[in-house]
Amino acid sequence: MKILVAVKRVIDYNVQIRVKEDGSGVVTDNVKMSTNPPDDNAIEEAVKIKEAGKASEVVAVSVGEEKAQETVRKALAVGADRGILVKADGSIEPLAVSKILQKIVEKEKPDLVFMGKQAIDDDCNQTGQMLAALLNWPQATFASKIEVKDKSLEVTREIDEGLETIEVNVPAIVTCDLRLNEPRYASLPNIMKAKKKPIEQIMASDLGVDTKPRIEQIKVEEPPKRKAGIKVASVEELVQKLKNEAKVI
Amino acid sequence: MSVLLIAEHNNKELKPFTLNAISAASQINEAVHVLVLGSNSDSVAKSISEVPNVKKVIHVNNKLYENYLAENYSSAVIKFAESYSHIVCSANTFGKNLMPRIAALLDVSQVSDITKVISEDTFLRPIYAGNAFATVKSTDKIKCVTIRPTSFDPAPTSGGSAEIINGDPGDQIELSRFIKKEEIKSDRPELGTARVVVSGGRGMQSGENFKLITAVADKLNAAIGASRAAVDAGYITNDHQVGQTGKVVVPDLYIAVGISGAIQHLAGMKESKVIVAINKDGEAPIFSVADYGLEADLFEALPKFLEELNKLNTIQK
Repeated sequence: MKILVAVKRVIDYNVQIRVKEDGSGVVTDNVKMSTNPPDDNAIEEAVKIKEAGKASEVVAVSVGEEKAQETVRKALAVGADRGILVKADGSIEPLAVSKILQKIVEKEKPDLVFMGKQAIDDDCNQTGQMLAALLNWPQATFASKIEVKDKSLEVTREIDEGLETIEVNVPAIVTCDLRLNEPRYASLPNIMKAKKKPIEQIMASDLGVDTKPRIEQIKVEEPPKRKAGIKVASVEELVQKLKNEAKVI
Repeated sequence: MSVLLIAEHNNKELKPFTLNAISAASQINEAVHVLVLGSNSDSVAKSISEVPNVKKVIHVNNKLYENYLAENYSSAVIKFAESYSHIVCSANTFGKNLMPRIAALLDVSQVSDITKVISEDTFLRPIYAGNAFATVKSTDKIKCVTIRPTSFDPAPTSGGSAEIINGDPGDQIELSRFIKKEEIKSDRPELGTARVVVSGGRGMQSGENFKLITAVADKLNAAIGASRAAVDAGYITNDHQVGQTGKVVVPDLYIAVGISGAIQHLAGMKESKVIVAINKDGEAPIFSVADYGLEADLFEALPKFLEELNKLNTIQK
């Protein structure tokens, strides 16, 4: 079984982002970038399945600018066998990303495609479901547990009401929740080894996919600031403030 | 052209966030039609027909829709899509799972999780965990939009009498099967709609200690929330998680106990009307969004808080 894992390069989750003064987006120059956190879970799960002898190859793919190669390289350092970078500049919407991934799936013929359930930059939560639709594959979203069966997967999904378990036929798309596993750190020897693993570079324009945005971004603004609060000295004062000032209890 | 809203329900009752989505839909266009895909779901279709903002209910009653399988649901929705300008549903785990599949089948670039309707094609939506807001305009012919339910008031539930018509099911897609749902039943108000939420974080140190939270929540008739750290540590189940990838809550009062206030947690609660933080680390980022901060050991502060609440003559419910 072959597993394709899609990874996205995003502003690191610990960075407090800044909105550009001209309202055209957020500042990305000289800002720490990392792998989208649940994409790390996706890679980890694929590597674990391979280590358990249930997969033969793990391929990491990223769609983005040249520097997204670092994100692919990181996936190789934690156990992916080889990488693919589909180069595309500027903002690419999830629909276009899923069309690019569809082309990669047609070429690579994986049995499973894993990715994070949501990217923490645009917060869209779309790509996995869209890819599943384009391929007419089943989707198991927000996965917190995956059991590989003979020709199917049993997946536990995190939903608003609690947990749901579904079975999906293989081939399938799985989008991963942060609770799926504990991603490992890359060891120094593995980082060195990853430098020798191949990364194939493809131009998005060569795949015949229309990546022109369908959604016009008119402006990006800072959220309204909360007015500064106060520190209370005691529980008594807190209760008194909530009762008489905020009037919420 | 009208708006087609996909109802979320359990075949017996409507899920409350559908009403918030109906409000948003009627801000896009007054002609709101609601699609009920269900199995033995007549009571759901009937209750939606009584929502005054709804002009028509399309009920597809078929065994295929007993559980929410996105493959079957999306196949049914696209059969109706061509007669509508917009397809909308809530941006909760129901809508997040379903809508992108519909959008891709229609070759539409979806607008996720809107918090404001600016015009028929222009919407406001949070990005970067709510640390920025983007105004976006969809240029697709059909617009697929998911709605952040807590940003819109629920629509009234009575007084309307929309026509209910029966619709045909979509193709049966045998790619996935429902096995089970582990739903946590509780008598408490639902986290997403509660007036008061009391949340615990890693500082609670154990699941057992959450009883301190429970006692305060009982007193205030509050829902119980948690940070991801608390859920990951196994103190409490995942349906309590508040944050960027959990639930977004906008209660009148949010009490964060032993929660440091990572960006990802703030994304789920910082729109609350009044925020209280109880934390022994005076530098914790949660204090930057708190209206009232109490720098104290929660194991002393929570019992004391309950004691003070007990002294009050009346407590709003």
